[in-house]
Amino acid sequence: MTTTEQPVQTSPRGAGRARISDRARSERRLGWWLAGPAFAVMLLVTAYPIGQAVYESLFQYRLTDPDAREFNGLGNYAVILTDSVWWQAVGVTVFITVITVAIEAVLGFALALVMHRALTVLRPLLRTAILVPYAIITVVSAFAWLYAFGSGTGFINQWFGWLPGINEDLDWFGSFGTSVTVIIASEIWKTTPFISLLLLAGLAQVPEDLQEAAKVDGATWWQRLYKVTIPNMKAAIMVALLFRTLDAFRIFDNVFIMTQGAQGTEVVSFLAYRQTISRLEIGMGSAVSVLLFLCVVLISVTFIKLFKVNLASARGEG
Amino acid sequence: MGRRSVAVGAVIAMTTALVACGSDDGPPTLTWYINPDDGGQAAIAARCTDEADGQYRVVTSLLPREASAQREQLARRLAAKDSSIDLMSLDPPFIPEFAEAGFLAEIPDDVAAAVTEDVVQGAIDGATWKDELVAIPFWANTQILWYRKSVAEAAGLDPENEPVTWDDVIDAARDQDKYIGAQGVRAEALTVWINALVESAGGQIIENPDEPVEDIRLGIESDAGRAAADIMSTIGREGLGGPGFSNQDEGLSMFQFQSDRGSFMVNWPFVWAATNAAVDEGNVDQEVLDDIGWALYPAMSSDQPARPPYGGINIGIGTHTDHLDEALAAVQCLVSPENQAFYFVNDGNPAAHTAAYEDPDVQATFPMADVIRDSLEAAAPRPQTPYYNEVSTGLQNTWHPPGSVRPESSPETATDLIVAVLRGERLL
Repeated sequence: MTTTEQPVQTSPRGAGRARISDRARSERRLGWWLAGPAFAVMLLVTAYPIGQAVYESLFQYRLTDPDAREFNGLGNYAVILTDSVWWQAVGVTVFITVITVAIEAVLGFALALVMHRALTVLRPLLRTAILVPYAIITVVSAFAWLYAFGSGTGFINQWFGWLPGINEDLDWFGSFGTSVTVIIASEIWKTTPFISLLLLAGLAQVPEDLQEAAKVDGATWWQRLYKVTIPNMKAAIMVALLFRTLDAFRIFDNVFIMTQGAQGTEVVSFLAYRQTISRLEIGMGSAVSVLLFLCVVLISVTFIKLFKVNLASARGEG
Repeated sequence: MGRRSVAVGAVIAMTTALVACGSDDGPPTLTWYINPDDGGQAAIAARCTDEADGQYRVVTSLLPREASAQREQLARRLAAKDSSIDLMSLDPPFIPEFAEAGFLAEIPDDVAAAVTEDVVQGAIDGATWKDELVAIPFWANTQILWYRKSVAEAAGLDPENEPVTWDDVIDAARDQDKYIGAQGVRAEALTVWINALVESAGGQIIENPDEPVEDIRLGIESDAGRAAADIMSTIGREGLGGPGFSNQDEGLSMFQFQSDRGSFMVNWPFVWAATNAAVDEGNVDQEVLDDIGWALYPAMSSDQPARPPYGGINIGIGTHTDHLDEALAAVQCLVSPENQAFYFVNDGNPAAHTAAYEDPDVQATFPMADVIRDSLEAAAPRPQTPYYNEVSTGLQNTWHPPGSVRPESSPETATDLIVAVLRGERLL
C-alpha cells in the first residue's frame, strides 16, 4: 500500500505577480490595516527588548555600579562560550528538551486518539479532564511536585516504597538523576495536554474518505495509522513538536522552584536569570539571553528548513 | 443611554482620583519595605505612626521571603531611582553593596550616635561600611547550639557548662546513631555555616574586603578553610545530617531536631518560639520541649572559642526618598529599645540593643536570652564586600552537596571560581 496524501494545490502565485487586480490590491491594503497594529505592537514589545539586550550585551555593566560601565565588544560572549558552566547548562537543557518532547509526543498522540475516537457525549468531559494540568500555572505545579517528592512533606516515598530503589529515606532532590527525573516528569505532566490538543486538531484534518478507502482495501488499524493518519497530519505533528521544543528549551520554573540549579540541574534560562537578576550583571546576563535567543532561532530554522514545516498548512490553509 | 453611562463612569473615576489626591494632603506617608515576619514590623510601624502624632505615617510593604530575593527587588528598584522606598529592612551582608552603589541615604552624626548607643558590637559592624554607619541596627541574630539533653547526657557531654567542639558533636551523633541539624541546602544558609566554621577556625573568607575587586584575596585556601571543609564533608559523607541533608534549610533542620533522631542542631533562636507553638498546637510532645538545651555555638577546637554566625536586620533609608527628615525621625522610633524588646517577644528575633535583654518579658519568653547576647558579642559577620552575592553563590556552587566537599580540593576550587567570576572571566 502506498502513502496516500491529500492532493497538493498548486499555487497560482507565480503567474499572478505581473498584474494585480484592483480587488487584490485593496484586499492587500485591508490586510495591512488589519495586521498592522498587531505588527507594530510586536515590534514594540519584542523587537525593542531584543535590540536592547543585544546592545547591552556588548558592555561590562553592573546595575549597582553604573559609572563603571564600559564597552566590552564581544568579550562577554567569549567568556560565556569558553566556560564549562555554559556548555553544561546547554547539555542539561538539550537533555531535558529531547526526553520531554519525545515522551510527550507519544503520550500526546495517544491522548489525542482517545479524544478523537471518544463518544460525542464523553468528548467535552474528556477534553476538559485532559486539559486540567495545562491550566495550572507552572510555578504552582512545580511547588505541588516539589512538596510531593520533597523530604519532610512528600508522600511519594511512602506510596511507592515497594518499588526497587525507592525507600523512606530517598532524597529525590539529592542527586542529578533523581532531581532531573522529577523535573522531567513534572514538565511532561504539565504540557502533554498542549501537544495532544495540537495533534487533535491535526487528527480532525485527516479526511474520513481516505480512512474509509483504506478500510475497504483491507488495511489493519496499524496500517491505517502509519499509512493514512500520520502522513496526513505530518504538518500538525511538526508544528506541535516545534512549539513544544521551543517551550521546553526555555524551561525555567520547575528548575527554579525544585532545585535552584543544584545537583547540576542548571539550565540556560536559569543561567541568564542568575547573571541578570541575582548578580545584576546586565551585560553578561544580556549576552546569555542573546545566546539563548539564538538557540531558539536555530531550533526554529532547523525545524522549518529540515522538516519543511509549513505553519500555514497546520491550520488547514495548505 | 450608553453615552450617559460613560459620563457617569468618568465622574466616578474623577471623584476617586480627587479622593486619592486628597489623602496626600495629610502627613507624609513613609513606606517601610519589610521582610516577612510574624507581624511585628507592621505593629511597630503602627506604634510609631501613633507616636508621631501627625508628623508622618509609616506603612509597611512586604518583600519576598528569601533574603537574596529581597536584595534583588530592592536593588532593581533603587537602581531605577524609586522614591517610594523610604525605609527598608536590610540583611547585613548586602549593606556594603547598597552603600557602595549609593542606594542608602547618609545618616547624620547625631542620629548615628543615638542609634548605636548600647548596641551590640556585631550589629554596629554589620551596619557600617568604610567606617561610616550606613544603616540603623534593628535586630541582631545569631545561631546557638540546640541539643537534646538526653542525647548529650548519653554521650557524656555537658554543653551548657563545658563548650563543645564540632568533633564532640560528630562523635556523639555517630555513637548514638542520631542526626546532626545544620543547613546543607544550596542557599544563603550554607554560606552562613561555612563562614562560621572558617571564622571559628581562625580564618576569614575574604582577607581584604575593602580593596578594589581586582585585588580581593580569599582566605579559604588555608588551614582554617580545610578544617571547615573537613567538618562539612564528614557530616555529609557519613550521612550524619540525615537523609535530606543536601536540601536541609533552617526549618527542615528544626523538624528533624524535633523528631526521634534529633541530637544537636545549630540554628537561629526562632526555633524556640516555633517549637513552643508546635507544642501548643499538639504537633510536638511536651517531653521534646523539656528535653531541649542550649549553649554557645560549637568551637572548631577546644582552645579557641567559636565565632557564631551573625544575622538580623538593619534599616536603611532610601537615597531617593522625598521625606528624608521624617524617615530619620521615624527610624529612631522604630528601633527604640522598647520596640526591639516587643519584637523579640512577638517574633522571636533578638534585639540589637542590650537593654532589651533586661526586659522581663524577654527573660520570661526566652530563657536563653543571656546565651544569645553572649553569642552576639562573639559573632563574626559574613564577608563585608559589595560583591557578597558573587562570593556567597561561588561558595554555594562549589561546596555543595556537603558530602562532595573535600578538604584537599574544595577550598582551591571555590577560590579559583570566585576570583575568576569577580574578574569577569567566568560565569556563575
